[in-house]
Amino acid sequence: MSFQPIKFYQTGTFTVGNRLLPDNERSVQSTLRRTNSLNSGHRACQGCGEALGARYAIDAAMEATAGQLIAANATGCLEVFSTPYPETSWQIPWIHSLFGNTAAVATGIAAAMRVKGRAEVRVVAQGGDGGTTDIGFGCLSGMFERNDDVLYICYDNGGYMNTGVQRSSATPPAARTATTAALGPTPGNPFGQGKDLPAIAMAHNIPYVATATVSELRDLEAKVRRAMEFRGARYLHILVPCPLGWGHDSSLTIRMARLAHESGIFPVFEAENGEVTGVSRIRRQVRVEEYLKPQKRYAHLFSPRPREDVIRRIQESADRNIRKYRLLEES
Amino acid sequence: MLKQIEGSRAVAEAVALCRPEVICAYPISPQTHIVEALGELVKGGELSPCEFINVESEFAAMSVAIGAAAAGARSYTATASQGLLFMAEAVYNAAGLGLPIVMTVANRAIGAPINIWNDHTDVMSQRDCGWILLFAETNQEALDLHIEAFRLAQALSLPVMVCMDGFILTHAYERVDMPSQEQVDAFLPPFDPRQVLDPERPVSMGAMVGPEAFMEVRYLEHVRQMRALELIPGWAEQFRDAFGRDSGGLMHAYRTEDAETIVVALGSVLGTIKDTVDEMRAKGDRIGVLGITCFRPWPANAVRDALAGAKRIVVVEKSIAVGLGGIVSANVRTSFAGHADTVHTVVAGLGGRAITRQSLAGVFASAAAGTLPPLTFLDLDHGLVERALARERETRHSGPVAEGLLRDVGLVAAKIS
Repeated sequence: MSFQPIKFYQTGTFTVGNRLLPDNERSVQSTLRRTNSLNSGHRACQGCGEALGARYAIDAAMEATAGQLIAANATGCLEVFSTPYPETSWQIPWIHSLFGNTAAVATGIAAAMRVKGRAEVRVVAQGGDGGTTDIGFGCLSGMFERNDDVLYICYDNGGYMNTGVQRSSATPPAARTATTAALGPTPGNPFGQGKDLPAIAMAHNIPYVATATVSELRDLEAKVRRAMEFRGARYLHILVPCPLGWGHDSSLTIRMARLAHESGIFPVFEAENGEVTGVSRIRRQVRVEEYLKPQKRYAHLFSPRPREDVIRRIQESADRNIRKYRLLEES
Repeated sequence: MLKQIEGSRAVAEAVALCRPEVICAYPISPQTHIVEALGELVKGGELSPCEFINVESEFAAMSVAIGAAAAGARSYTATASQGLLFMAEAVYNAAGLGLPIVMTVANRAIGAPINIWNDHTDVMSQRDCGWILLFAETNQEALDLHIEAFRLAQALSLPVMVCMDGFILTHAYERVDMPSQEQVDAFLPPFDPRQVLDPERPVSMGAMVGPEAFMEVRYLEHVRQMRALELIPGWAEQFRDAFGRDSGGLMHAYRTEDAETIVVALGSVLGTIKDTVDEMRAKGDRIGVLGITCFRPWPANAVRDALAGAKRIVVVEKSIAVGLGGIVSANVRTSFAGHADTVHTVVAGLGGRAITRQSLAGVFASAAAGTLPPLTFLDLDHGLVERALARERETRHSGPVAEGLLRDVGLVAAKIS
């Protein structure tokens, strides 16, 4: 007789085993309700965090809307790897217009649905961090301000990966990109004020803002479901590691996302009407080095000589996040 | 119904009669009164169902229209000048996607220097963007062209711009004959787009297209535009039958029979040119006018036929291809069998400079006398230009050009002629 011991948490991953859960509590991805909205066969890189995030997010949105969903997509990796015709991976109505106008295109779709009396059809807009925090920022802010009935999802991999890993306003300090070379006295991306888009979204007092990572996919699904319970502008910012741009092994995508959370570099929280209503606590705090070291974009911080000064500044910003969002306190 | 109203109001009411479902509004002079009036009609419930969306930029205005049109709603916006340039990327995108959006362009100059008055440099910057471009001569034609534009857009799955001269038409109070809702409904079929984003029938739109099919996509865009050349004349006749007046069509010829000199122009300046032609005809000059209503697609054959008997052509245009000369005249040259030297370019009215009968008569007479140069700038202040050039010769740090000219002019109020 074969015997397989059952663990509630799989070793090292903290991922809840779906097979222990009743069907209605399982993740969308592990049920027959999964719609494969972003179907297999697309051209994303091995270990692509964005493909994983989009798959979970859009399938969860499809479930939450009973399949009544239209997506608008910014130019970028997700658009490029999913659509070379006739091999579109999208099983849902989907439009790509431009790099910087996705939120506005989504506004137009939502308006069309309203005027046609089809309010049950919901709209998702999605783009990378460049399309969201940089070139699409104006349209996004306009969509927030008007409180248009759109869920905007930003897949943040911290740079323009589609064009060859250039810096965006979401590129973290010290990271090397093609336009922030690891050269000179301050190698990599300079330390700036950053552009904290979830906080900026919250400042618009829209009904729902959340962050998530691809390491906690059930949390990601839950946030999409929660977002779909609201009408009006909603924003979901998902950290999606990029093996190509970050320079980590493609098997480490989920681990990198988890370390970003556990180091405090990427706070995972949700907010309603401008107020934080929940945070994902750090189970096992790690130093930022543990997150930085596997990534070649930070290699200049460790050799030829360790840049402890820079690492300290990164640790300080992670610690600020931990304090600000109370990531270590007992709930 | 006859009304004495502002051109912008007339266009807004005509657009409302076309039952737009999504209107995106961003203010820019001299277009603003149009969207203001439409906003009023929506808010007051006269235009319903319709979503009126105040967006944060012209780029967003066109983008919202793209989303709405892709999702199956009849979509409209209006812009001018810098706004048209700011939305340029989305303007091309709407055409490439084949979305039947209608947009009014209240033509205005492009800065720098900033200038709010009328010329055609805004729309000419977008002349090859894939939209159908229609030019109104009067407020009556402006409102009529919108009704035809919505029909053209949905028949061909192409976006259509209706151009009307900023201030000269948009802000002029004139008598117009406003059609009834029944008349418009009979002329303009309900919106039924070829492609719709719909969860019941999922499609991808705007996918990446490589060298294997990109040429064909562009070619089909061209073919659809050329199809407009076949449809427009017939629809102009239908329009006459339904509404009782001539409006639209590819072009309007005026007193061109036996004309040796034919003046070609677009928009409201045609009125002044016709008056000038009448005066010259009265003196026995054999001169006529060809007004181009449909600038894109370019009605090459129709223009060729209309110009066939002329010895010389004078193109009066409110735009300039800097470093070349005329834009409209470059198009006219492709459709005139005569020698290229016999097509004269007269750049006129830039930034709202008044185009007077007297000045026009002067250039037309010198064209007839064979003394008109290939490129003329109507009523250019040569003295002013010479002073600026002298200043630049004298000192390296001659300063900003426009401000130097204004100092020389010495006026604070706008001088239009």
